[in-house]
Amino acid sequence: MSERTVVAMSGGVDSSVAAALLVEQGHEAIGITMSLAGDGSRCCSIADADDARRVASGLGMRHFIANYGDSFRRVVQEVFADEYLAGRTPIPCVTCNTKFKFEYLIERARVFGASCVASGHYARIDDDPETGLKRLRTAADVSKDQTYFLFELKQEQLSAVLFPLGSMVKSEVRAHARRFGLETADKAESQEICFVPDGDYAAVVERIRPDALPGEGDVVDANGTVLGRHAGIHHFTVGQRRGLGLSTSKPVYVSSIDAENNRVVVGESRDLDATVACVQRVSWVAGGSPDRSIRARVKIRHGDPGVAAALYVCEDDSVRVEFDEPVRAVTPGQAAVFYDGDIVLGGGWIAGRIA
Amino acid sequence: MRIYLDHNATTPVRPEVADAMDVVQRSLFGNASSVHEEGAAAKAECDRARARVASLLRVEPADVLFTGGATEANNTALLGLLAQRTEGPGHLVTTNVEHPSVDAPLEWLERAGWCVTRVPVDAEGRVEEDAVVAAITPETALVSVIWANNETGVLQPVEAIAAAVRDHGVPFHSDATQAVGKVSVDLSSVPVDLLSLSAHKLNGPKGVGCLIARGGIAFEPILLGGPQERRRRGGTENVAGIAGLGVACELAEHELPERSSRYRALRDRLWEGLQAKVPGIRRNGSAVFVLPNSLNVEFEGAAGEILLQALDLEGIAVSSGAACASGTIEPSQVLLAMGRSPEAARGSLRMSVGYGVDEVQIDQLLAVLPDLVERARRASTV
Repeated sequence: MSERTVVAMSGGVDSSVAAALLVEQGHEAIGITMSLAGDGSRCCSIADADDARRVASGLGMRHFIANYGDSFRRVVQEVFADEYLAGRTPIPCVTCNTKFKFEYLIERARVFGASCVASGHYARIDDDPETGLKRLRTAADVSKDQTYFLFELKQEQLSAVLFPLGSMVKSEVRAHARRFGLETADKAESQEICFVPDGDYAAVVERIRPDALPGEGDVVDANGTVLGRHAGIHHFTVGQRRGLGLSTSKPVYVSSIDAENNRVVVGESRDLDATVACVQRVSWVAGGSPDRSIRARVKIRHGDPGVAAALYVCEDDSVRVEFDEPVRAVTPGQAAVFYDGDIVLGGGWIAGRIA
Repeated sequence: MRIYLDHNATTPVRPEVADAMDVVQRSLFGNASSVHEEGAAAKAECDRARARVASLLRVEPADVLFTGGATEANNTALLGLLAQRTEGPGHLVTTNVEHPSVDAPLEWLERAGWCVTRVPVDAEGRVEEDAVVAAITPETALVSVIWANNETGVLQPVEAIAAAVRDHGVPFHSDATQAVGKVSVDLSSVPVDLLSLSAHKLNGPKGVGCLIARGGIAFEPILLGGPQERRRRGGTENVAGIAGLGVACELAEHELPERSSRYRALRDRLWEGLQAKVPGIRRNGSAVFVLPNSLNVEFEGAAGEILLQALDLEGIAVSSGAACASGTIEPSQVLLAMGRSPEAARGSLRMSVGYGVDEVQIDQLLAVLPDLVERARRASTV
C-alpha cells in the first residue's frame, strides 16, 4: 500500500505542484485547505478552496477543508493586533506555520493514518550525517527561500514534514505546473499577510481590537521634544517614513515606538542603524542551544541577505546579537533568524535594539 | 466498498426508479402540455406519478403540485401563500429548528415587515404543542412546523399541532422532507394544509419534489410562466423526475412498515454498539420521537470535522453539522437551539441509515470508530 501523505493546499501553484509531485512519486496524497482567516482575506477564501479542490480532483486526490477559524483568530490575529498595540511589528506567518500548518495539520494527518504533511514551502529538510538530527536548510532558490518563516519548527515537526519544492527554482516549479496541466500555473503569487490583503495593517488592528486602541499621541524626537501628533501607534513601524505628517528639513523616520507613553519617536536616517539586538524566546531548530557564544549570519527580516554576527546565549532563552556591521531598522516584533551557511540554527523574536 | 451512512443528506436512487426514469428519458420526450399523442403520453406519466404520491400521503391527486424539490416547495408554501394576502404584513409561527429553505423565506418576509415567532425546542429537540398554539395571534397567517429534523431526526408533534392550529382557523404547513418514506405521513388523519417533500430523500432523483396543497388553498405561483400544474407553477414538467418521484413513493408505500423497522434495527445496533465501545458519547435529541434511521451523537472532546474526514478515508460517509459554501463546517444551529454548547455541536456526528445498509456495514463502522475517536481526541484543535 502506498504511503498516505497530507498536502497543505492553498489553491496556489506551489502547493499544487507539491501535491502533483507526491502523487507522481506514488504517495496516496490527501489535500487539505486550511480555512483560517475566512473570507475577505487573500488566502483561505472560498475561491482558493475551490481552486485547491479542482486541482486535487484533477490529480485523483481526496481533498478536505480544515476549519481552524476560531483558533486562528485567537492564536494569530489577536496576537497580531496586540503586538501592534504594544509598539511592535509582528509576523503572523511564523506562528501560522509553526502551529497551524505543522502542528495542527500534523495532528490531523496522524488521525488520518498519514505520517507526514507536505507543503509548497521553499525550504529543505535533510539529515545531519553527524548527529542524525533533522536539518532545516534554505531553499535551492535563494530568492524564494522561506526559512525565515519556519525557524520555530521543532525536530519532531521536521521529521513529519516534506517540502517537495525545496530543491527547485521557481522556473522549474512553473515548468512542472505546465507539465501537470495545473490550471493555477499562471496565478499571481501572494506576498502580503493573508488577512491584510490591501496592506492596511492599522485597519485590521482596529477591527480585531476595537476596544483596546490607544488613540492619538505625540510624535517626539530622541530628546523628547514634541514635533507633532499621531493617530495611534499601531499605524507605525520602525524605519517608516510615510504618514508622519511632519515638515522637517531632513527626512525623518520612526526610530522607535514607545507604547507605554503612546509616543512615536523619530530620528534621522543614521539613527536607524544599530549593531546590537536582543532576541527573545529563541528556539534552536538544530537540536539544543549552543553553550555560550557562536558566530552566525543573522537575518532580521524576510528577503534580507543577513549580516554576520556574534551570538551570546543568555540563560532565559534570549540571545544578544552583535552584528559585525551596523544593520538598519532593527524592528521589535520581527524575527531574527540565525544561519550557518544554508543551515538554519534557530531564531527568536526581536525585543529591541540595544543602544 | 464504500459504506454510506448519510441518507438524510441524500439517498441512492433505487433501480426501479432509475428504470422508470430511463424509459421516460428515452421514449417519452413529449411536452406534457402538448395536445398531440407525445404530449398526452407525457401527461399520463405525470398523472400516474401524481396518483402514486397522493396514495402514499392519502391525499387527492389534485392536491399534488410538482416542484423542483423541497426548497421550491417550501418557498412556494410560504411566499406563495402570503403573496396573495391583501391585508399587508402579518404574523407567522414556526420553530427554531427549521430547514434553511424555510428559514430563509421567513427572513425575507421579516425584511418585508412580517413578524415571525420561532417557538424554541427543548433539550430533546421538540417543541411543545401548547407553546406553538399559544404563539398564535389574530394576525397569524400561517403556522409552519418541520415534521422531522434533518440533523437530529427528531419528530415534532405535528399531528397534535395540526389539529390545534386547524381549530384556530389558521393554515398549517409542514416541511416533511425527511419524514416521507421513513415514517408514516398519513394526511387523511392529520389536517395539514401544505406539505413539502423531495424525491431524493426517498431514493428518488434530485431536482424534483412536490408541494401538497389541500382543500383548494389559494396561493400565488412563485415561478411565473405557463399554465402548468393548474396555473400554480410555471415551467415545462420534469417528466422523468416526476415519474421517478412517483415510483419512489409507490415503493415507500409498499415497504413502509417493514422499511421503518429495518432502519430502526440498524440504527439501534449502531447506537448500542457505540455505547458499548466508545466512552464519552452522548445522543443528541429525543431517542423516542425520532426518525427510525437517524442517530446524532456527540463524541466529547473530538472534532466532528476531523472524525468525519477520517471516517471518509476509511470508506465510511457520515455527516457533521451543515456544510457551508466553502466546505467548512459551522456548529449545527439545530444543536445550538437544543442548548448544546458550540464545542458539543462541533463534536457531533450525524449517522443516517437507509437503502443498501446492512448489519455488516454497521459492524465495520463499529470496528473502526473507537480507535478513530481516540486518535481524534488527541488532535482536536479547531
